[in-house]
Amino acid sequence: MQSILSPWPWYVSGPLIALVMALLLYFGKTFGMSSNLRTLCTISGADKLSDFFKFNWKDQIWNLTVVLGAVIGGFIAVNYLSDDTVTDLNSTTVIELKSMGFKNPGTTLVPDEVFSLNALTTPKGILILIIGGILIGFGTRYAGGCTSGHAITGLSSLQKPSLIAVIGFFIGGLIMTNFILPLIF
Amino acid sequence: MKFIKFLLVGVFFGIVLVKSEAVSWYRIYEMFRFQSFHMYGIIGTAVISGILFLQISKKGKLKSIKGADIYVPKKENGFTRYIIGGIIFGLGWALLGACPGPMYILLGTGIWTMLIAIAAAMLGTLIYGVLKTKLPH
Repeated sequence: MQSILSPWPWYVSGPLIALVMALLLYFGKTFGMSSNLRTLCTISGADKLSDFFKFNWKDQIWNLTVVLGAVIGGFIAVNYLSDDTVTDLNSTTVIELKSMGFKNPGTTLVPDEVFSLNALTTPKGILILIIGGILIGFGTRYAGGCTSGHAITGLSSLQKPSLIAVIGFFIGGLIMTNFILPLIF
Repeated sequence: MKFIKFLLVGVFFGIVLVKSEAVSWYRIYEMFRFQSFHMYGIIGTAVISGILFLQISKKGKLKSIKGADIYVPKKENGFTRYIIGGIIFGLGWALLGACPGPMYILLGTGIWTMLIAIAAAMLGTLIYGVLKTKLPH
């Protein structure tokens, strides 16, 4: 039981993520989380603004069901399958983050400095959530996929477009973490 | 009833991503600072396992539940949309420490402010949909 409650090592987690992809392919579907954002737009009426959103969203109910499951899975994992292990971050990372003003690196999944209700009381806090969300929603659809669709499914099926997209993910991520985050915090 | 299997896959996915710490903002920061192998190990072993699964299913003629071949849709050829779209997504991924899957999963862990990020991600998707015909692809 302890091995379930402790964080799982990367060599267990990676193959299990591939199993998610394999199960969905076995069910005749493709692993892709960002396309749900498009479906949610269509359900919200975006088909009146652009033809991009004109499709039968009912064909995507299976994927929204995966999302619902993922939300439930997140709830189960933190409430019933976790001890309070602090994320075993590199000590350099912890020192760096503390010097940037993050109080407790690794004690929670996400920093209070960005995601707490308190952070919402500052313009900076709200702007980070909104700008981050817009970049993710715009970028994934422009690139035609996110980590699940391109990095896992696309690379597993040896597709060159996905390799280009994943290289893009890393260029963007490296720029944000190394050059922009230090300006924000 | 036919959706139960998808619900269960989602639950499993959510549990794996929390237990692997792939939903941790800090793990994403650490990855982009090259200060840990953890995330590279996860993505690397996921891709290697995925390649093995697809190669074996091709050779062994593994069929889907409906009896069809296991099939991964082909992405359109191109460069501009993948590199620019990829960079834009990467900026957001590193800022929020979450990609779309973890955004939903973190909501389930009780991070309510993620609702704002998800709504903003829908807005970003909407902006793409409206501008699509004007963007280089």
